[in-house]
Amino acid sequence: MKKIEAIIREEKLDDVKSALEAKGFLGMTVTEVSGRGRQKGIRLQWRVGSYQVDLLPKLKLEVVVDDKDSESVVDAICETACTGKAGDGKIFIYPMAEVVRVRTRERGVEAI
Amino acid sequence: MSISAGDTAWLLISTAMVMLMTPGLALFYGGMVRKKNILSTLMMSFVMLALVGLLWVLYAYSLSFGPDRGGIIGALDWIGLRGVGQAPSSIYATTTPHLAFMLFQGMFAVITVALWTGAVVERMKFSALLVMSVLWLTFVYAPLAHWVWGSGGWLARLGALDFAGGTVVHVNAGVSALALAMVLGARKGFPRQPMHPNNIPMVVLGAALLWFGWFGFNAGSALTSGGLAASAFVATNIAAAAAAFTWIVLSWIHRRPSVLGAATGAVAGLVAITPAAGFVPPIAAIPIGIGVSVIGYYMMLLRSRSKLDESLDVWAVHGMGGTWGAIATGIFASAAVNSAGADGLIYGNAALLGKQVLAVAVSWAFAFGATWVLAKIVKAIMGLRVKEEEEEVGLDISQHGERAYGGITR
Repeated sequence: MKKIEAIIREEKLDDVKSALEAKGFLGMTVTEVSGRGRQKGIRLQWRVGSYQVDLLPKLKLEVVVDDKDSESVVDAICETACTGKAGDGKIFIYPMAEVVRVRTRERGVEAI
Repeated sequence: MSISAGDTAWLLISTAMVMLMTPGLALFYGGMVRKKNILSTLMMSFVMLALVGLLWVLYAYSLSFGPDRGGIIGALDWIGLRGVGQAPSSIYATTTPHLAFMLFQGMFAVITVALWTGAVVERMKFSALLVMSVLWLTFVYAPLAHWVWGSGGWLARLGALDFAGGTVVHVNAGVSALALAMVLGARKGFPRQPMHPNNIPMVVLGAALLWFGWFGFNAGSALTSGGLAASAFVATNIAAAAAAFTWIVLSWIHRRPSVLGAATGAVAGLVAITPAAGFVPPIAAIPIGIGVSVIGYYMMLLRSRSKLDESLDVWAVHGMGGTWGAIATGIFASAAVNSAGADGLIYGNAALLGKQVLAVAVSWAFAFGATWVLAKIVKAIMGLRVKEEEEEVGLDISQHGERAYGGITR
């Protein structure tokens, strides 16, 4: 199993979610995060002039899938979260040791 | 004179409206600080309703407006509201109960002390703030209020005009803010770290409450419910509109039409029209409003580029706005608007402008000097700042033991 952790633009969540749902991946955890990469920051207005903010708001999407589905999920995220400009985000893929469903105590792929 | 029902109703309503300005100011300031200091900032203004609200009736009203002693200060004849009752005063607001005038003035004192707290947010110890507030009310506000508004006060006798508090309230608070910021020192991390405003919608709500309350502040200062009140009311709205619009344009020229800028501009406009409201023709509020935003904007830019952490720019908005308003009164005043006033420069009377400049200069010098000395005394006795680690975790937790917003398990 793999955990796919994707940092995406806030406005891309709906597109990414629908694409994953179409492929049959329903479960996910979404968190509001701040971070920085090549996009740099943005300038915000103060009462006079403006100031630089270097951490930008993004969303972190976590999906756990069977090894064989991993590339298909990554493809779906890359296709739907991409604008072609700096700031589209990153995908981190981790090996997943175990998954347990709390209600039934099922383990492994069955529990995803 | 006998009591007028109309005048009394208007003065009481105005008093309630001015009361609402202090929580409005608390929201205006509270939204501009970092999240960890929002309660502390709200409290710095809100507590003045309690503290000054008591001191005012106990002795500060008497010091400010009591029987004149040499043009300098009021005598203590009226402490604890002795002799201040349902009958009108023979001197002030003679068609309303003396009690109504007393509390109307009390609300001015409350908000004036709250105003300069904008300079000390995010780092001043609450206990020191309370001590400083008592001293400041007693030794800075009361004398200046007496000089300008007290019957027999020396600036009033000179013929300087201040309808609703350009010098007593705004120059006074704004220049005191400058002195306090100097003695107190900058927030940790200033100016290297940007200090993000935590809630701009709250700033807008605060500005809106201030705008609403200011009708009571300025039009209530007519102390009668008639043509003069209406004239001051209209001038107040025009100035706020002209100044808000000007600030929006200035911020747009520099980058984007800022919401924070629009709220700031509205307040600046209200400040500038305060001394002038009942002395100038309402339409003169347009140049007064445009002028204050141009002055305030560039003074704020200047201050933010200096090393001085006068955190919420009380000096740029109130100090400079009040200065411009008092001088503009000397330019645009017309005796046809208010027979108790005078003609200004554009009506051929340059002498008034001279008196206005003198009143402003006296207010600047007195407010700066007295506040600086008082701040140094409080600093020597008990210290002004919270500890460094208390400043890092924020004053909400370290000073008040409270958090503004619930967390994961709350």
